[in-house]
Parts: sequence; structure tokens; C-alpha cells
Amino acid sequence: MTTTTPPVGKRRGKGRGVFGNTGLYIAVGVAALLFLIPFYLIFRNALSTDPEITGENWKVLPSFQWGNVSELFNDPTVEFGRSMVNSLVVAVSSTLGTLLVCSLAGYGLARIPYKHANKVFYAVLATLMVPTAVTFVPSFVLVSSLGWVDTYRGLIIPGLFSGFTCFLFRQYFLGFPKELEEAARVDGLGYWGAYWRIVVPNSLNFFAAIATITFIGAWNSFLWPLVMGQDPSSWTVQIALSSFMTNQTVNFHLIFMAAAISILPLIFVFLFLQRWLVQGIAQTGIKG
Amino acid sequence: MSTTTTRGVAQPAPAKASPARPRRGLRGNATFNFWLFTGPFLIGLVIFVFVPIFWSVWLSFFDARYTVTPSKFIGFDNYKQILTNSNFPDSLLTFTVFAAFIVPTTWALSLGLALLVNRLRFMRAFFRSVFFLPTAVSYVAAALIWKMSIFSGVRFGLMNTVLGWFGVENIAYLANPSPPWYWVVIVTLRLWIQSGFYMILFLAALQNIPTELYEAAAIDGAKPGWQTFRHITLPQLRATSTAVILLLLVAAYQAFDEFFNIIGQNATWAQTPLMELYKTALGTSQDYGAGSAGAVILSLLICLVTLIQGKFMGFGRGEDSK
Repeated sequence: MTTTTPPVGKRRGKGRGVFGNTGLYIAVGVAALLFLIPFYLIFRNALSTDPEITGENWKVLPSFQWGNVSELFNDPTVEFGRSMVNSLVVAVSSTLGTLLVCSLAGYGLARIPYKHANKVFYAVLATLMVPTAVTFVPSFVLVSSLGWVDTYRGLIIPGLFSGFTCFLFRQYFLGFPKELEEAARVDGLGYWGAYWRIVVPNSLNFFAAIATITFIGAWNSFLWPLVMGQDPSSWTVQIALSSFMTNQTVNFHLIFMAAAISILPLIFVFLFLQRWLVQGIAQTGIKG
Repeated sequence: MSTTTTRGVAQPAPAKASPARPRRGLRGNATFNFWLFTGPFLIGLVIFVFVPIFWSVWLSFFDARYTVTPSKFIGFDNYKQILTNSNFPDSLLTFTVFAAFIVPTTWALSLGLALLVNRLRFMRAFFRSVFFLPTAVSYVAAALIWKMSIFSGVRFGLMNTVLGWFGVENIAYLANPSPPWYWVVIVTLRLWIQSGFYMILFLAALQNIPTELYEAAAIDGAKPGWQTFRHITLPQLRATSTAVILLLLVAAYQAFDEFFNIIGQNATWAQTPLMELYKTALGTSQDYGAGSAGAVILSLLICLVTLIQGKFMGFGRGEDSK
């Protein structure tokens, strides 16, 4: 508090170093600009006409063709609206399902004294060793033999059983204050009651963090929906985008509009839930 | 009520001898509750994780073209085939080089960003958000921007426009493999999309370093800047660095989305291991045996790399102390 003017050589923090304050902000500012350029491009192109996008003269601002939105949704070659709905259904149910299944398992592993709990936990840990993307071949074989190709079931259910998410929940519940649960037990609640009435309501921050991460992962996932989606009616928005990109007739403004719309929900998720997202990722990484 | 309160004390002896009163045990019966909680997850885990893994290993020893219920055991022939008769080994090699490059660069960039952001006093949250925001973007959408707007090989691409100001001719970044300009496209994309995520991990770790360490170092005469960074910050970040490098390594070998969308599966270069597996197993040849063999090899390779890295960086040390 005595430092109204920072004394020379001992400015606040460790901050002398290579950059002075101005230098620091210039460096951060330039980096931030570079990081924002792709966002600028996607929204600029989405609201332009094709000649504006491919023209020789670089136009900084688009001519704001809001009509591109309705043109995209009315384009019969890509069922874009359908794919957005598919993505929404898949991402929301994946998130809810993962939270339910993995949090219960994590709690069971962390808190319920069962003599073989450790063995079960090691079996869960073992699945972390096998990279999930690598098992897509047998998973496809399995899911197609169940007749689940091109269905929501096929897109959603195989992804719910994430060993990693279960592991994160277990680690979290290990740190959950035991006293709260014990009080509930004294009041006559069983594990089940204590879990729903005490543990879950007091863990909403962590649930929100995991939900955000799961939602983003499900929305952006590409390989599994690609394998699953044989029929365009079951495409998620990522698959629709990808096929749009390789189309012979490229409508630049439409494809950029599609990409822009596909990332908008996530940008909202991001801006509103960032606190939990950051918290969750920080937690994930430290434990990981 | 009284049974609940004394349950903990009375547990050891009667718990074993009490299968006779299961109804009341619902509250205290740990075994039942354990399976109630973990059962749904475990059943799913067995069906959708363990079964595919073992099925994969099993298929890899059979002649399994166009069928997933093969009858002809062929030993290691699938392994031989995918290691000699396909582009799979090439892709493994390519992606080992790719990993060797992208892992340290992402590590350095995300750490650098974290150090910068950590020093800010004003607008820290704003800049953190800016660097973090690309995490929200899918590889597919990013591939689109990179391929059709930034590194489009023609004059309206951003990169060529900028280079044009300096009199550089248009570069066709993606049209052919030599010179391999496509790596610039892929690497910049990956750096952009990944770095913010790992920056968050480093930021969290930086904030956990006790300030006393820096004060002690200052008393000992360490100059702020490189010296403190080298002797305090870096060692304190060891556990996080290990985790970050591990995640980056696995991510590099599992690359698929942006390669599929930028390079395409018809090109002969820069085919990722997963793309090769995708083509082998789900392409025209539908060779599940060879595809599975490749998946087994890739999994083993990732495990091996992980273990080596663990050995190297002292993996698990930071974790156990948690």
C-alpha cells in the first residue's frame, strides 16, 4: 500500500524483465490480434457476396448480406437446419447422459466402501490407456451390428461411458467434505438420498464445468459422427460443413455462413460459462 | 434412527452376518449401493469400451474383409500386411516427426501466453478470453477458414494478399507436397486452436506458485526475468508441463479432423495414422482385420511414447503428492 509510485528497480510483481509495461501490452495486443483474425474472417466472409470474398481488392468490411442466413437454411443441397438440430440433440443428450452416468459412478468409486471398489477403479483406469479415437473401428463394428448406424442412439450412447470423466468425478468427490454427507446420514438419508439432496446441489460448479467441456467436445466431434453418419439426414453440423467444403460447386458465402452459425452456440456457451470452463479445465489438467 | 447412528460402530461383526435383513440394509448396504451407483456406467463401459477393444485385438488375428465375424485365423498376417503393404508405417513416421515439432511449439506458445497474461494488471480477463476462445472452434470450421480464406492458394487468400504487398508471388499452399507448404497451414491451425486451452493449465499452475519463492530468490540475488524463470518458475511448473506434453503427444498421434478436411483422403501425402485406418477399415476394401491390427499398433505406440515421456519427466511424482 505504500507504493503510490513504484520505486525504481522494484516495480510491483516480478515485472521488470524483458518488457516494460508498454512493451508487455504491445506484445499481448499483437498476439491477441493474430488470434482474432480467423474470427474476423469467418464473420466477414459469412456476410459477403462471393465476388467480395474472391475479389482482388481486399475489403475490410463486408456488405452485410444478412440474406445469406435464409439462403443457407433454404439451400436444398445441404440440409443445414436439420444438421443443426441433430448436433443440438446429440450434444445436449450426450452432456446430460455423461453427467448422470459418470457422476454416479465417480461417487460410488470415491465414497461407497465396497471391498472390490479398488479393482473396479483399476479397470476404469485401464481404459484411459487406450486412446479412444483408436477404437473407432471396432466401435463402429459393434454399433453397426446393433443396427444403430444413422441413429441418435449410435451417435450418443457409445460416448457416454468416458473413463476420464468418471475419473474426474471420483477425484472431485474424494475432496468433497464428508461432514455434509454424514450429517445427512444421521438425518436418515441413504447414499442415494444423500447424493441427490446433499452432494449434487453442493457440487453444481463442478457439474457445470464438466458439462461445458462435454458439450463443446460433443458439438465439435468429427470422427465418430463421420463414421456413423451414412445418411445425410443423420449428419451433425460438422459433417455437413465438411461435405459442404468438398462440394464441387463452392458457394463461399454460404459455407462461411454455415461455419459461422456452427460456432455461434459455442461462443455463447463460452462467454456465459467461461468461469466454470476455466475452472474445470484447470482442474482437469492438474489431475490429468 | 438409533440403528443409523450406531451403524458405524456396530458395523464390523454384524455387517457380515446380516444378509438376513436386506430391506433395512438398503440404507447401509454398501455392496448394493456401490452397484447401484456404478452399475450403469460399468455396464456401458464393458459394452462400449472393453468389448470394442478386445474385439479389435481378436479381429486383428483373423482374415476379416467385409466381415466382422471371421472364421479364418491368420496369426500376424494382418500386422505384416499393414506394416509392409500400406502407407500406415509412413504415416506413423510422419506423425512422429509432426509430434516432435508440434508438441514443443505448442508447449512454448501456451506457456509464453500464460506468462504474458499472468503479468497483466489491466484487462487480464479480456486477453485470457481472446487466447482461449479458439478452443470453442471445431477443427472442421478452422480447417475451412485456413483452407479457403487464409491459405487459399490464390490472390484473394489473406496470406497471399499480405505477401503480395511485399512483392511475393502467390503460393499454392495445398496444391502439392513439395515444397511442403501444407505444414505451415496445419501447424498454424493447430497452434491457434490448441494453445489457449493449455495456456489455461499453465495460468492455473502459475497462480499456485507461492510468492515467497520469488521473494526468497530476490533476497538471494536472483535477477528477475530469465534467472527466476529458469530456476523457479520452470521447475514449479514441472507437473503441469508433464501433463501438457502428455496430452499434446496423444493429440498429435490422433490427428484426424483438420487433415481430413484440409489435405483430404485422396491425397498421397500427410495422411494421418487415423486416416489410414479409416481408409483401410471403412473404405472400399473394408478390411477390418488389417484396420484393427493398425489400431492395436497405434495404441501400443501411444502407450510406449507416454511411458517414455513419463520416465523422462518423472510422471506421477506430482500426482501422488496431491
